[in-house]
Amino acid sequence: MGRKILFITTDQQRYDTLGCNGATYGRTPVVDGLAAQGIRYERAVPQSVVCMPSRSTMLTGQHPSTHGVWMNGVALPVDAPSVAAELHRVGYRTALVGKPHFEPFLDPFGRFTENGLATAGTPTAQSRWQDGTIGPHRGFDHLEFATHTPMGALHYARWMMAEHPEALGGFYAVLDNDLEVNAAGGGATGAPQLKDNPVAREWYHTDWVADRTIAWLDGLAADDDWFAWMSFPDPHHPWDPPSSELGRVDPKDVPLPAGYPESASERERILDGKPRHWRLWYDGTLVSNYEAPTKWVPAHLTPEQLCEVNARNAVEVELIDEAIGRVLAAVAARGWDDDLDVIFTTDHGELGGDFGLLFKGPYHVDGLMRLPLIWRPAPSAAVAPATVTAPVGLVDLAPTFCQIADLAPTDWMEGQALPVDDDDAAGRGMERVITEWDSALMGVAVHLRTITRDDWVCTTYRPGTVHDGTEGELYSLVDDPLQQVNLWDDPAVQSVRDELVTDLHDHLMAERTPRLPVEAPV
Amino acid sequence: MRASERRERVIQVSAARAWEVVGRPEVLHHWFPGIVDCTVDGATRTITTGVGLSLSEDILTNDSLQRRFQYRISGGLFKEHLATIDVIELTDESCLVTYASDADPATMAIVLGGASAAALAELADQLERGSGPALDAVAAFAGAVR
Repeated sequence: MGRKILFITTDQQRYDTLGCNGATYGRTPVVDGLAAQGIRYERAVPQSVVCMPSRSTMLTGQHPSTHGVWMNGVALPVDAPSVAAELHRVGYRTALVGKPHFEPFLDPFGRFTENGLATAGTPTAQSRWQDGTIGPHRGFDHLEFATHTPMGALHYARWMMAEHPEALGGFYAVLDNDLEVNAAGGGATGAPQLKDNPVAREWYHTDWVADRTIAWLDGLAADDDWFAWMSFPDPHHPWDPPSSELGRVDPKDVPLPAGYPESASERERILDGKPRHWRLWYDGTLVSNYEAPTKWVPAHLTPEQLCEVNARNAVEVELIDEAIGRVLAAVAARGWDDDLDVIFTTDHGELGGDFGLLFKGPYHVDGLMRLPLIWRPAPSAAVAPATVTAPVGLVDLAPTFCQIADLAPTDWMEGQALPVDDDDAAGRGMERVITEWDSALMGVAVHLRTITRDDWVCTTYRPGTVHDGTEGELYSLVDDPLQQVNLWDDPAVQSVRDELVTDLHDHLMAERTPRLPVEAPV
Repeated sequence: MRASERRERVIQVSAARAWEVVGRPEVLHHWFPGIVDCTVDGATRTITTGVGLSLSEDILTNDSLQRRFQYRISGGLFKEHLATIDVIELTDESCLVTYASDADPATMAIVLGGASAAALAELADQLERGSGPALDAVAAFAGAVR
């Protein structure tokens, strides 16, 4: 009998929303407890700051250039490598419960497997793995899906439509009548993507994901080894948690983020020091990606709206924490706790008011790039608790799962198993992480490549709609933790910049050709 | 907001051969992944998608001289729609097929663009292999005419 793996992901969660990472509102005692028992990573960086590429990295252990999901709306090929398949191959029972998003959600033709599984009435699909063998879809022998809405084709939506149709209208409509990300406001302040939702807490997708994970675990034999990916759709917008829970965090008690200058002129001065698309988006002149509401102008965000958004975000984080606690209790009741590894992270962050911005986009700064990551190794492995400051990536997760299962990493994985402390990271040369952004939608193209290394974040730009390829960003994470001073053109750090750019180019992955097609906006 | 998306594919068969399929509106579901059925009644084509969505299309152009096929989806999510498929001769044994989707909402143009790229890939595969359900359906029509 080997170690069991509970892989917990959230969606679009900031580093600073966990108590163990310094959150000053919202309580996360369960995850904080895991951090105290295990390893807390202070510089975990995604390989993409949007869902589909980042989730594909988690599954494949590859950078977006390699797995090919270069922007949201590009489907991960069904025969792409999968760490779940590797675990399944050696006898692990494997499940993915919650948000998948390896394929587009907007799928009126029903072309993508993810959107058809609930209707097909079967949790698996026969698909060829990358080595030609036949097995469960993407290596999971159990799949139950949910996303941010109770509408659509996924399991949670079908359950809600069948069991609680009266509650459907309480949720925020993610898309507007133009099928764009909705800008409609709600709550007390009219903040975008916010709505009072009277849904019962036990019907909300957070509890559903935990319930269905527990149900799957209940069906396993005591001596099964298992890998459960429990994937919560929250705290990604819309911010519409059950209204019964809103009293947990009063917006009046939520401070403005350190990264939000209250003065509009100060915000504009900071943005003007960055490449053009930052300020253009802030002013509502250019929307460069689908993930933010097209009709929302960031410059119109008020401090009161921001506090209400962040309060509701914290409520959603609290609900996730409590749901995790229920699942851990169920695992403990089965007597598995001593052999259980828990890894908690998210796919990317949320701007959360930094620079006066919300949501996400081609902005490689801490709000989107610094992720919560906790690894509580199985107590039976006797790994000492630690805090790791070295940069690590989500690309390192797949090799970590292999290591836990006593498997060698495969040759297609591009990361290394997560270090257990900084000495381990240094000994294995884990000193840099690469992040990519590519988007080309509705006539607007943006291309970024970023290296995080030696307490610096350095971003290069390729030619695009509003960039000529000479732009860049350089921030000292020590001197400028809020990334408000772009040093790209500062002669005093030119050698640092040049060294980082060279190192970045030396470590970029070859780009998959031909490029995979964009199938939908998301 | 509207958008215009175009996908294209060079196919290693003559333009006339490709047009035999493209110009047959009744066989679309045999080469367009995600369309499971279609019926044609005069200048109206009704398609059914893989999720059970039924859409009515007005056939606007079916010009075998220019080898251009155009249709408009009416109603549903669309405020505006126009699809244009062109088959352009490159050599005696190759052609360029373009599939353009103009739509409001813009999101639907992007979704249709992705789907039409998959359709062109399927069309090319069948034509270049010289076999497949679309070619069978075209042959059946030809036999029925004879």
